[in-house]
Amino acid sequence: MARLPAEFADLEPFAETWCLPTEPERYDQRLASTMTDMAAFYDAITPRAEAAMAYLEQHPLHDLPEDATNLLHLLYSMIMVSFPVEAWGQPRVPDTGSASFDCHIEPVP
Amino acid sequence: MARFPKPAEGSWTEHYPELGTAPVSYDDSTSPDFYERERRAVFQRAWLNVGRVEQLPRTGSYFTKEVAVANASVIIVRGLDGEVRAFHNICRHRGNKLAWNDYPRAETHGVCRQFTCKYHGWRYDLEGALTFVQQESEFFDLDKSRYGLLPVRCDVWAGFIFVNFAAEPEQSLREFLGPMITDLEGYPFDRMTARFGYRTNIAANWKLFMDAFQEFYHAPVLHAKQSPEKYSTLAMQAGFEAPHYRIEGPHRLVSTSGVRFWEMDQELVKPMEVVTRSGLFGPWDQVDLGEMPTGVNPARCDPWGLDSFQLFPNFVVLLWSQGWYLTYHYWPTSPNTHVFEGNVYFLPATTVRERVAQEMAAVTFKEFALQDANTLEATQIGIESGYVQDFLLNDQEVLCRHLHKEVADWIADHEAQGDGAPVEVQR
Repeated sequence: MARLPAEFADLEPFAETWCLPTEPERYDQRLASTMTDMAAFYDAITPRAEAAMAYLEQHPLHDLPEDATNLLHLLYSMIMVSFPVEAWGQPRVPDTGSASFDCHIEPVP
Repeated sequence: MARFPKPAEGSWTEHYPELGTAPVSYDDSTSPDFYERERRAVFQRAWLNVGRVEQLPRTGSYFTKEVAVANASVIIVRGLDGEVRAFHNICRHRGNKLAWNDYPRAETHGVCRQFTCKYHGWRYDLEGALTFVQQESEFFDLDKSRYGLLPVRCDVWAGFIFVNFAAEPEQSLREFLGPMITDLEGYPFDRMTARFGYRTNIAANWKLFMDAFQEFYHAPVLHAKQSPEKYSTLAMQAGFEAPHYRIEGPHRLVSTSGVRFWEMDQELVKPMEVVTRSGLFGPWDQVDLGEMPTGVNPARCDPWGLDSFQLFPNFVVLLWSQGWYLTYHYWPTSPNTHVFEGNVYFLPATTVRERVAQEMAAVTFKEFALQDANTLEATQIGIESGYVQDFLLNDQEVLCRHLHKEVADWIADHEAQGDGAPVEVQR
Protein backbone atom coordinates (compact mmCIF):
# COMPACT_ATOMS: atom_id res chain seq x y z
CA MET A 1 0.00 0.00 0.00
CA ALA A 2 1.44 3.31 -1.07
CA ARG A 3 1.72 5.89 1.69
CA LEU A 4 2.51 8.86 -0.56
CA PRO A 5 0.77 10.49 -3.54
CA ALA A 6 1.60 8.68 -6.81
CA GLU A 7 3.70 11.63 -8.02
CA PHE A 8 6.12 10.93 -5.18
CA ALA A 9 6.47 7.15 -5.63
CA ASP A 10 10.27 7.66 -5.79
CA LEU A 11 10.20 8.59 -2.07
CA GLU A 12 8.10 5.56 -1.09
CA PRO A 13 11.18 3.57 0.14
CA PHE A 14 11.64 6.16 2.89
CA ALA A 15 7.98 6.48 3.86
CA GLU A 16 7.74 3.61 6.31
CA THR A 17 10.66 4.91 8.36
CA TRP A 18 10.16 8.66 8.10
CA CYS A 19 6.40 9.42 7.76
CA LEU A 20 6.16 10.18 11.47
CA PRO A 21 3.48 12.56 12.78
CA THR A 22 5.20 13.89 15.93
CA GLU A 23 8.51 15.55 16.74
CA PRO A 24 9.43 13.03 19.48
CA GLU A 25 9.02 10.19 16.96
CA ARG A 26 11.14 12.02 14.38
CA TYR A 27 13.85 12.92 16.89
CA ASP A 28 13.98 9.34 18.25
CA GLN A 29 14.22 7.98 14.68
CA ARG A 30 17.12 10.36 14.02
CA LEU A 31 19.01 9.16 17.10
CA ALA A 32 18.32 5.52 16.12
CA SER A 33 19.49 5.96 12.49
CA THR A 34 22.90 5.65 10.89
CA MET A 35 24.45 8.56 9.00
CA THR A 36 24.40 6.41 5.86
CA ASP A 37 20.63 5.95 6.08
CA MET A 38 19.96 9.61 6.88
CA ALA A 39 22.21 10.84 4.08
CA ALA A 40 20.38 8.57 1.59
CA PHE A 41 17.02 9.96 2.72
CA TYR A 42 18.31 13.56 2.67
CA ASP A 43 19.81 13.15 -0.81
CA ALA A 44 16.56 11.70 -2.16
CA ILE A 45 14.10 14.18 -0.69
CA THR A 46 15.91 17.52 -0.75
CA PRO A 47 15.77 17.91 -4.57
CA ARG A 48 12.07 16.96 -4.36
CA ALA A 49 11.13 19.39 -1.58
CA GLU A 50 10.07 22.21 -3.91
CA ALA A 51 7.83 19.85 -5.91
CA ALA A 52 6.36 18.45 -2.70
CA MET A 53 5.49 21.89 -1.34
CA ALA A 54 3.97 22.90 -4.70
CA TYR A 55 1.88 19.70 -4.66
CA LEU A 56 0.72 20.21 -1.07
CA GLU A 57 -0.26 23.81 -1.79
CA GLN A 58 -3.08 22.50 -3.98
CA HIS A 59 -4.91 21.43 -0.78
CA PRO A 60 -6.04 23.51 2.20
CA LEU A 61 -3.42 23.03 4.96
CA HIS A 62 -6.06 21.95 7.47
CA ASP A 63 -7.82 19.54 5.13
CA LEU A 64 -5.01 17.44 3.65
CA PRO A 65 -5.77 13.91 2.38
CA GLU A 66 -3.93 11.14 4.22
CA ASP A 67 -1.26 10.64 1.54
CA ALA A 68 -0.57 14.39 1.45
CA THR A 69 -0.31 14.48 5.26
CA ASN A 70 2.26 11.70 5.02
CA LEU A 71 4.21 13.74 2.48
CA LEU A 72 4.14 16.75 4.84
CA HIS A 73 5.45 14.56 7.68
CA LEU A 74 8.21 13.39 5.34
CA LEU A 75 9.20 17.05 4.81
CA TYR A 76 9.35 17.52 8.61
CA SER A 77 11.67 14.50 8.78
CA MET A 78 13.81 16.03 6.00
CA ILE A 79 14.30 19.06 8.26
CA MET A 80 15.08 16.77 11.21
CA VAL A 81 17.84 14.86 9.39
CA SER A 82 19.30 17.98 7.78
CA PHE A 83 21.11 18.91 11.01
CA PRO A 84 23.07 15.64 11.30
CA VAL A 85 23.72 15.64 7.55
CA GLU A 86 24.58 19.31 6.97
CA ALA A 87 26.15 20.29 10.28
CA TRP A 88 27.07 17.53 12.72
CA GLY A 89 28.22 14.43 10.84
CA GLN A 90 26.56 12.39 13.59
CA PRO A 91 22.95 11.88 14.74
CA ARG A 92 23.29 13.78 18.02
CA VAL A 93 24.30 17.41 18.46
CA PRO A 94 28.00 17.26 19.51
CA ASP A 95 28.72 17.74 23.22
CA THR A 96 25.11 17.13 24.22
CA GLY A 97 25.61 13.67 25.70
CA SER A 98 23.27 14.00 28.66
CA ALA A 99 21.00 16.79 27.38
CA SER A 100 17.44 16.37 26.21
CA PHE A 101 14.75 18.86 25.23
CA ASP A 102 11.44 17.08 24.92
CA CYS A 103 8.71 18.43 22.66
CA HIS A 104 5.31 17.98 24.35
CA ILE A 105 3.08 20.07 22.10
CA GLU A 106 3.30 21.08 18.43
CA PRO A 107 0.91 22.39 15.76
CA VAL A 108 -1.15 19.82 13.81
CA PRO A 109 -0.67 19.23 10.92
CA MET B 1 36.28 49.69 17.96
CA ALA B 2 32.63 49.39 18.92
CA ARG B 3 30.17 48.80 16.07
CA PHE B 4 27.37 50.39 18.06
CA PRO B 5 27.57 53.53 20.19
CA LYS B 6 27.81 52.95 23.93
CA PRO B 7 26.34 55.21 26.63
CA ALA B 8 28.21 58.40 27.60
CA GLU B 9 29.76 56.65 30.62
CA GLY B 10 31.79 54.56 28.17
CA SER B 11 30.03 51.22 28.70
CA TRP B 12 26.60 49.73 29.34
CA THR B 13 27.80 48.40 32.69
CA GLU B 14 29.03 51.81 33.91
CA HIS B 15 25.76 53.34 32.70
CA TYR B 16 24.27 51.41 35.66
CA PRO B 17 26.89 52.29 38.30
CA GLU B 18 25.25 50.23 41.06
CA LEU B 19 26.36 47.11 39.16
CA GLY B 20 30.10 47.76 39.48
CA THR B 21 32.68 46.26 37.15
CA ALA B 22 34.55 43.94 39.53
CA PRO B 23 34.75 40.15 39.17
CA VAL B 24 31.78 38.35 40.76
CA SER B 25 31.25 35.29 42.94
CA TYR B 26 28.80 32.55 41.99
CA ASP B 27 28.22 31.28 45.54
CA ASP B 28 24.62 32.27 44.90
CA SER B 29 24.40 29.44 42.35
CA THR B 30 25.82 26.65 44.50
CA SER B 31 24.98 27.34 48.15
CA PRO B 32 22.05 25.40 49.70
CA ASP B 33 21.72 28.20 52.28
CA PHE B 34 21.40 30.84 49.57
CA TYR B 35 18.81 28.70 47.78
CA GLU B 36 16.64 28.57 50.92
CA ARG B 37 16.81 32.35 51.29
CA GLU B 38 16.13 32.88 47.58
CA ARG B 39 13.11 30.60 47.84
CA ARG B 40 11.54 32.77 50.54
CA ALA B 41 12.69 36.20 49.37
CA VAL B 42 12.18 35.82 45.62
CA PHE B 43 9.92 32.92 44.65
CA GLN B 44 7.44 33.43 47.48
CA ARG B 45 7.26 37.22 46.86
CA ALA B 46 7.58 37.91 43.11
CA TRP B 47 4.89 37.52 40.45
CA LEU B 48 5.55 34.28 38.54
CA ASN B 49 4.24 33.53 35.06
CA VAL B 50 2.63 30.08 34.93
CA GLY B 51 1.12 30.09 31.44
CA ARG B 52 -1.20 31.80 28.99
CA VAL B 53 -4.98 32.25 28.85
CA GLU B 54 -5.15 30.22 25.61
CA GLN B 55 -4.41 27.16 27.80
CA LEU B 56 -7.84 27.77 29.40
CA PRO B 57 -10.12 28.02 26.34
CA ARG B 58 -13.46 27.55 28.13
CA THR B 59 -15.34 27.32 31.41
CA GLY B 60 -13.85 24.54 33.52
CA SER B 61 -10.57 24.42 31.59
CA TYR B 62 -7.73 23.96 34.09
CA PHE B 63 -4.06 23.10 34.33
CA THR B 64 -1.79 22.41 37.28
CA LYS B 65 1.66 23.92 37.80
CA GLU B 66 4.32 22.41 40.02
CA VAL B 67 6.37 25.19 41.62
CA ALA B 68 8.87 23.17 43.62
CA VAL B 69 10.87 26.22 44.71
CA ALA B 70 7.76 27.59 46.45
CA ASN B 71 6.82 24.13 47.80
CA ALA B 72 3.59 24.52 45.86
CA SER B 73 1.33 22.85 43.36
CA VAL B 74 -1.25 25.22 41.91
CA ILE B 75 -4.52 24.67 40.03
CA ILE B 76 -5.27 27.41 37.49
CA VAL B 77 -8.89 27.29 36.33
CA ARG B 78 -11.39 29.33 34.32
CA GLY B 79 -14.61 29.77 36.32
CA LEU B 80 -18.26 30.01 35.29
CA ASP B 81 -17.85 33.80 35.20
CA GLY B 82 -14.90 33.51 32.78
CA GLU B 83 -12.36 34.67 35.42
CA VAL B 84 -9.02 32.89 35.76
CA ARG B 85 -8.29 31.87 39.35
CA ALA B 86 -5.49 29.99 41.10
CA PHE B 87 -5.74 27.68 44.11
CA HIS B 88 -3.36 25.55 46.09
CA ASN B 89 -3.82 22.01 44.77
CA ILE B 90 -4.68 20.59 48.21
CA CYS B 91 -7.92 19.05 49.50
CA ARG B 92 -9.01 20.78 52.72
CA HIS B 93 -10.00 17.49 54.35
CA ARG B 94 -6.71 15.72 54.99
CA GLY B 95 -4.38 17.40 52.55
CA ASN B 96 -4.46 15.04 49.60
CA LYS B 97 -3.30 16.58 46.35
CA LEU B 98 -6.54 17.34 44.50
CA ALA B 99 -5.87 17.37 40.73
CA TRP B 100 -3.40 14.83 39.36
CA ASN B 101 -3.35 11.78 37.09
CA ASP B 102 -1.29 8.61 37.43
CA TYR B 103 1.78 10.34 38.89
CA PRO B 104 1.21 12.66 41.87
CA ARG B 105 4.23 14.83 41.00
CA ALA B 106 3.35 15.27 37.30
CA GLU B 107 1.44 18.26 35.94
CA THR B 108 -1.97 17.71 34.36
CA HIS B 109 -4.64 19.63 32.47
CA GLY B 110 -8.20 19.16 31.26
CA VAL B 111 -11.77 20.39 31.51
CA CYS B 112 -14.11 19.68 34.43
CA ARG B 113 -17.31 20.88 36.08
CA GLN B 114 -15.89 20.50 39.56
CA PHE B 115 -12.83 19.09 41.32
CA THR B 116 -13.36 15.81 43.21
CA CYS B 117 -10.74 14.51 45.62
CA LYS B 118 -9.64 10.96 44.75
CA TYR B 119 -9.32 10.06 48.45
CA HIS B 120 -12.73 10.67 50.12
CA GLY B 121 -14.73 12.34 47.37
CA TRP B 122 -14.89 15.93 48.65
CA ARG B 123 -15.92 18.27 45.82
CA TYR B 124 -15.07 21.88 45.00
CA ASP B 125 -16.66 24.10 42.36
CA LEU B 126 -14.72 26.08 39.74
CA GLU B 127 -14.57 29.09 42.07
CA GLY B 128 -13.00 26.95 44.80
CA ALA B 129 -16.02 26.57 47.13
CA LEU B 130 -16.41 23.28 48.99
CA THR B 131 -19.75 21.93 47.69
CA PHE B 132 -19.93 18.31 48.86
CA VAL B 133 -18.61 16.33 51.81
CA GLN B 134 -19.01 12.55 51.83
CA GLN B 135 -21.03 11.55 54.96
CA GLU B 136 -21.14 15.15 56.06
CA SER B 137 -23.16 14.33 59.21
CA GLU B 138 -20.20 12.35 60.62
CA PHE B 139 -18.19 15.57 61.00
CA PHE B 140 -18.29 17.94 63.94
CA ASP B 141 -19.59 21.49 63.47
CA LEU B 142 -18.47 21.53 59.82
CA ASP B 143 -19.09 24.90 58.16
CA LYS B 144 -18.36 24.14 54.49
CA SER B 145 -18.12 27.85 53.63
CA ARG B 146 -14.88 27.99 55.67
CA TYR B 147 -13.17 25.14 53.82
CA GLY B 148 -12.97 26.19 50.21
CA LEU B 149 -9.73 25.72 48.28
CA LEU B 150 -6.95 28.00 49.47
CA PRO B 151 -6.62 30.77 46.88
CA VAL B 152 -3.29 31.87 45.38
CA ARG B 153 -2.99 35.49 44.21
CA CYS B 154 -3.51 35.47 40.46
CA ASP B 155 -3.62 38.16 37.79
CA VAL B 156 -3.42 38.30 34.00
CA TRP B 157 -1.39 40.70 31.86
CA ALA B 158 -1.52 40.55 28.02
CA GLY B 159 -2.86 37.01 28.29
CA PHE B 160 0.03 35.87 30.52
CA ILE B 161 -1.21 34.34 33.80
CA PHE B 162 0.86 35.22 36.88
CA VAL B 163 0.61 33.95 40.46
CA ASN B 164 2.10 35.33 43.66
CA PHE B 165 2.57 33.22 46.79
CA ALA B 166 2.69 36.16 49.19
CA ALA B 167 -0.40 36.56 51.37
CA GLU B 168 -0.36 40.25 50.45
CA PRO B 169 1.86 40.99 47.42
CA GLU B 170 3.86 44.18 47.94
CA GLN B 171 3.06 45.35 44.39
CA SER B 172 0.21 44.77 41.96
CA LEU B 173 1.21 42.76 38.90
CA ARG B 174 1.14 45.93 36.78
CA GLU B 175 3.37 47.85 39.20
CA PHE B 176 5.74 44.89 39.34
CA LEU B 177 6.04 44.67 35.55
CA GLY B 178 6.64 48.41 35.07
CA PRO B 179 6.45 50.40 31.82
CA MET B 180 9.30 48.64 29.96
CA ILE B 181 7.17 45.47 30.01
CA THR B 182 3.63 46.89 29.93
CA ASP B 183 4.58 48.92 26.82
CA LEU B 184 4.41 45.56 25.00
CA GLU B 185 0.62 45.65 25.32
CA GLY B 186 -0.86 45.40 21.85
CA TYR B 187 1.63 42.82 20.59
CA PRO B 188 -0.64 40.10 19.14
CA PHE B 189 0.27 37.38 21.66
CA ASP B 190 -3.40 36.29 21.58
CA ARG B 191 -3.31 35.55 17.84
CA MET B 192 -0.02 33.63 17.93
CA THR B 193 -1.45 30.30 18.97
CA ALA B 194 0.64 27.88 16.88
CA ARG B 195 2.83 26.58 19.70
CA PHE B 196 5.81 24.23 19.94
CA GLY B 197 6.42 23.43 23.64
CA TYR B 198 9.58 21.85 25.06
CA ARG B 199 10.85 21.01 28.53
CA THR B 200 13.82 19.36 30.17
CA ASN B 201 15.65 18.96 33.46
CA ILE B 202 18.90 20.92 33.65
CA ALA B 203 21.69 20.02 36.09
CA ALA B 204 22.54 23.65 36.85
CA ASN B 205 21.31 26.51 38.99
CA TRP B 206 18.46 28.39 37.31
CA LYS B 207 20.37 31.72 37.27
CA LEU B 208 23.24 30.21 35.27
CA PHE B 209 20.82 29.29 32.48
CA MET B 210 19.19 32.72 32.66
CA ASP B 211 22.73 34.05 32.15
CA ALA B 212 23.25 31.84 29.09
CA PHE B 213 20.32 33.46 27.31
CA GLN B 214 20.90 37.02 28.47
CA GLU B 215 24.25 37.38 26.77
CA PHE B 216 25.08 36.56 23.14
CA TYR B 217 28.87 36.86 23.63
CA HIS B 218 28.83 33.02 23.52
CA ALA B 219 26.90 32.73 20.27
CA PRO B 220 29.69 32.89 17.65
CA VAL B 221 31.73 30.36 19.65
CA LEU B 222 29.41 27.78 21.23
CA HIS B 223 27.14 27.67 18.19
CA ALA B 224 29.84 28.04 15.52
CA LYS B 225 29.23 24.66 13.92
CA GLN B 226 25.52 25.39 13.43
CA SER B 227 26.54 27.52 10.43
CA PRO B 228 28.62 26.90 7.32
CA GLU B 229 32.31 27.40 8.06
CA LYS B 230 32.58 30.59 6.03
CA TYR B 231 29.79 32.22 8.04
CA SER B 232 31.02 31.04 11.43
CA THR B 233 34.57 32.22 10.69
CA LEU B 234 33.28 35.69 9.86
CA ALA B 235 31.00 35.67 12.92
CA MET B 236 33.83 34.71 15.27
CA GLN B 237 36.15 37.35 13.85
CA ALA B 238 33.48 40.00 14.28
CA GLY B 239 32.47 38.88 17.79
CA PHE B 240 29.15 39.88 19.25
CA GLU B 241 27.91 43.33 20.17
CA ALA B 242 24.36 44.31 21.01
CA PRO B 243 23.17 47.72 19.92
CA HIS B 244 21.04 48.21 23.02
CA TYR B 245 20.70 47.14 26.66
CA ARG B 246 18.17 48.42 29.17
CA ILE B 247 17.59 47.71 32.85
CA GLU B 248 14.39 48.86 34.53
CA GLY B 249 13.47 47.82 38.05
CA PRO B 250 14.11 44.09 38.41
CA HIS B 251 13.71 43.44 34.66
CA ARG B 252 16.19 43.55 31.75
CA LEU B 253 16.24 43.93 27.97
CA VAL B 254 18.76 43.27 25.23
CA SER B 255 18.00 44.14 21.60
CA THR B 256 20.14 42.74 18.80
CA SER B 257 20.60 43.79 15.22
CA GLY B 258 19.17 41.76 12.39
CA VAL B 259 20.86 39.53 9.83
CA ARG B 260 19.38 39.35 6.34
CA PHE B 261 20.17 35.71 5.52
CA TRP B 262 18.01 35.79 2.41
CA GLU B 263 20.31 38.43 0.88
CA MET B 264 23.44 36.42 1.61
CA ASP B 265 25.67 34.34 -0.59
CA GLN B 266 24.49 30.71 -0.51
CA GLU B 267 27.87 29.61 0.90
CA LEU B 268 26.95 31.47 4.08
CA VAL B 269 23.67 29.69 4.76
CA LYS B 270 22.79 26.02 5.10
CA PRO B 271 21.11 24.25 2.18
CA MET B 272 18.03 23.41 4.29
CA GLU B 273 17.66 27.09 5.16
CA VAL B 274 17.40 27.84 1.45
CA VAL B 275 14.94 24.97 0.88
CA THR B 276 12.65 26.02 3.75
CA ARG B 277 13.37 29.80 3.64
CA SER B 278 13.82 29.72 7.42
CA GLY B 279 16.38 29.24 10.19
CA LEU B 280 17.40 30.39 13.66
CA PHE B 281 16.04 33.91 13.17
CA GLY B 282 12.74 32.49 11.94
CA PRO B 283 10.90 32.34 8.63
CA TRP B 284 12.64 34.52 6.03
CA ASP B 285 9.29 35.76 4.72
CA GLN B 286 8.23 38.15 7.44
CA VAL B 287 4.58 37.98 8.52
CA ASP B 288 2.68 41.21 8.97
CA LEU B 289 1.65 41.51 12.61
CA GLY B 290 0.33 45.03 12.15
CA GLU B 291 1.61 48.10 13.96
CA MET B 292 3.95 47.26 16.83
CA PRO B 293 3.45 48.72 20.31
CA THR B 294 6.03 51.28 21.50
CA GLY B 295 7.73 48.75 23.78
CA VAL B 296 8.91 46.61 20.85
CA ASN B 297 12.43 47.47 19.63
CA PRO B 298 12.43 50.49 21.96
CA ALA B 299 15.83 51.77 20.76
CA ARG B 300 14.59 51.59 17.15
CA CYS B 301 17.51 49.43 16.02
CA ASP B 302 17.68 49.08 12.25
CA PRO B 303 18.16 46.40 11.08
CA TRP B 304 16.55 44.94 14.19
CA GLY B 305 16.90 41.24 15.09
CA LEU B 306 15.21 40.54 18.40
CA ASP B 307 14.24 41.88 21.81
CA SER B 308 14.91 39.57 24.76
CA PHE B 309 12.90 40.77 27.76
CA GLN B 310 14.16 39.13 30.94
CA LEU B 311 11.30 39.36 33.45
CA PHE B 312 12.35 38.91 37.05
CA PRO B 313 12.76 36.35 38.36
CA ASN B 314 12.54 33.43 35.91
CA PHE B 315 10.58 34.35 32.77
CA VAL B 316 11.80 35.49 29.34
CA VAL B 317 9.80 36.83 26.40
CA LEU B 318 11.87 37.00 23.21
CA LEU B 319 10.34 38.81 20.23
CA TRP B 320 11.91 38.19 16.80
CA SER B 321 11.73 40.84 14.09
CA GLN B 322 10.47 38.17 11.67
CA GLY B 323 7.14 38.08 13.53
CA TRP B 324 7.28 35.22 16.02
CA TYR B 325 8.19 34.90 19.70
CA LEU B 326 9.68 32.56 22.30
CA THR B 327 9.19 32.23 26.03
CA TYR B 328 11.60 30.63 28.49
CA HIS B 329 10.83 29.60 32.07
CA TYR B 330 13.40 28.40 34.60
CA TRP B 331 11.80 26.54 37.54
CA PRO B 332 14.33 25.78 40.30
CA THR B 333 14.11 22.32 41.87
CA SER B 334 17.29 22.44 44.00
CA PRO B 335 20.44 24.59 44.32
CA ASN B 336 21.92 22.88 41.25
CA THR B 337 18.93 21.71 39.21
CA HIS B 338 15.94 23.26 37.48
CA VAL B 339 13.25 22.51 34.94
CA PHE B 340 13.68 24.52 31.74
CA GLU B 341 10.66 25.18 29.54
CA GLY B 342 10.86 26.72 26.08
CA ASN B 343 7.86 27.67 23.97
CA VAL B 344 7.84 28.83 20.35
CA TYR B 345 4.79 30.76 19.13
CA PHE B 346 3.72 31.66 15.58
CA LEU B 347 0.59 32.92 13.89
CA PRO B 348 -1.20 29.76 12.76
CA ALA B 349 0.18 28.81 9.34
CA THR B 350 -2.25 29.20 6.46
CA THR B 351 -0.06 27.60 3.79
CA VAL B 352 2.22 24.57 3.60
CA ARG B 353 5.24 26.80 2.97
CA GLU B 354 4.55 28.84 6.11
CA ARG B 355 4.15 25.65 8.12
CA VAL B 356 7.41 24.16 6.77
CA ALA B 357 9.26 27.41 7.59
CA GLN B 358 7.88 27.24 11.16
CA GLU B 359 9.04 23.64 11.49
CA MET B 360 12.57 24.65 10.41
CA ALA B 361 12.66 27.53 12.92
CA ALA B 362 11.41 25.29 15.77
CA VAL B 363 13.82 22.44 15.02
CA THR B 364 16.72 24.92 14.74
CA PHE B 365 15.75 26.42 18.10
CA LYS B 366 15.96 22.97 19.68
CA GLU B 367 19.42 22.30 18.18
CA PHE B 368 20.74 25.51 19.75
CA ALA B 369 18.97 24.91 23.08
CA LEU B 370 20.54 21.44 23.38
CA GLN B 371 24.00 22.99 23.05
CA ASP B 372 23.20 25.65 25.65
CA ALA B 373 21.66 23.12 28.06
CA ASN B 374 24.58 20.73 28.14
CA THR B 375 27.12 23.52 28.53
CA LEU B 376 25.28 24.64 31.64
CA GLU B 377 25.90 21.36 33.42
CA ALA B 378 29.59 21.83 32.70
CA THR B 379 29.47 25.35 34.14
CA GLN B 380 27.76 24.14 37.31
CA ILE B 381 30.43 21.46 37.81
CA GLY B 382 33.21 24.03 37.43
CA ILE B 383 31.70 26.57 39.79
CA GLU B 384 30.62 23.99 42.35
CA SER B 385 34.14 22.65 42.75
CA GLY B 386 34.87 25.84 44.69
CA TYR B 387 38.47 26.17 43.57
CA VAL B 388 37.86 29.36 41.60
CA GLN B 389 36.03 32.08 43.48
CA ASP B 390 35.85 35.14 41.26
CA PHE B 391 34.65 35.32 37.68
CA LEU B 392 34.93 38.00 35.01
CA LEU B 393 32.01 39.61 33.20
CA ASN B 394 32.47 41.85 30.16
CA ASP B 395 30.21 44.65 28.97
CA GLN B 396 28.15 42.30 26.73
CA GLU B 397 27.38 40.34 29.93
CA VAL B 398 25.94 43.33 31.78
CA LEU B 399 22.54 41.66 32.21
CA CYS B 400 24.08 38.63 33.97
CA ARG B 401 25.60 41.03 36.50
CA HIS B 402 22.19 42.62 37.08
CA LEU B 403 20.22 39.38 37.64
CA HIS B 404 22.54 38.15 40.40
CA LYS B 405 22.59 41.57 42.07
CA GLU B 406 18.80 41.82 41.89
CA VAL B 407 18.34 38.43 43.58
CA ALA B 408 20.78 39.44 46.33
CA ASP B 409 18.93 42.75 46.75
CA TRP B 410 15.56 41.00 47.10
CA ILE B 411 17.04 38.74 49.79
CA ALA B 412 18.60 41.68 51.65
CA ASP B 413 15.32 43.60 51.45
CA HIS B 414 13.30 40.61 52.63
CA GLU B 415 15.62 39.87 55.53
CA ALA B 416 15.70 43.55 56.52
CA GLN B 417 11.93 43.30 56.91
CA GLY B 418 12.59 40.69 59.59
CA ASP B 419 10.97 37.87 57.67
CA GLY B 420 14.05 35.84 56.95
CA ALA B 421 17.24 34.70 58.58
CA PRO B 422 19.22 37.79 59.70
CA VAL B 423 22.34 36.87 57.74
CA GLU B 424 24.46 39.20 55.70
CA VAL B 425 24.09 38.60 51.96
CA GLN B 426 27.34 38.22 50.12
CA ARG B 427 27.76 38.38 46.37
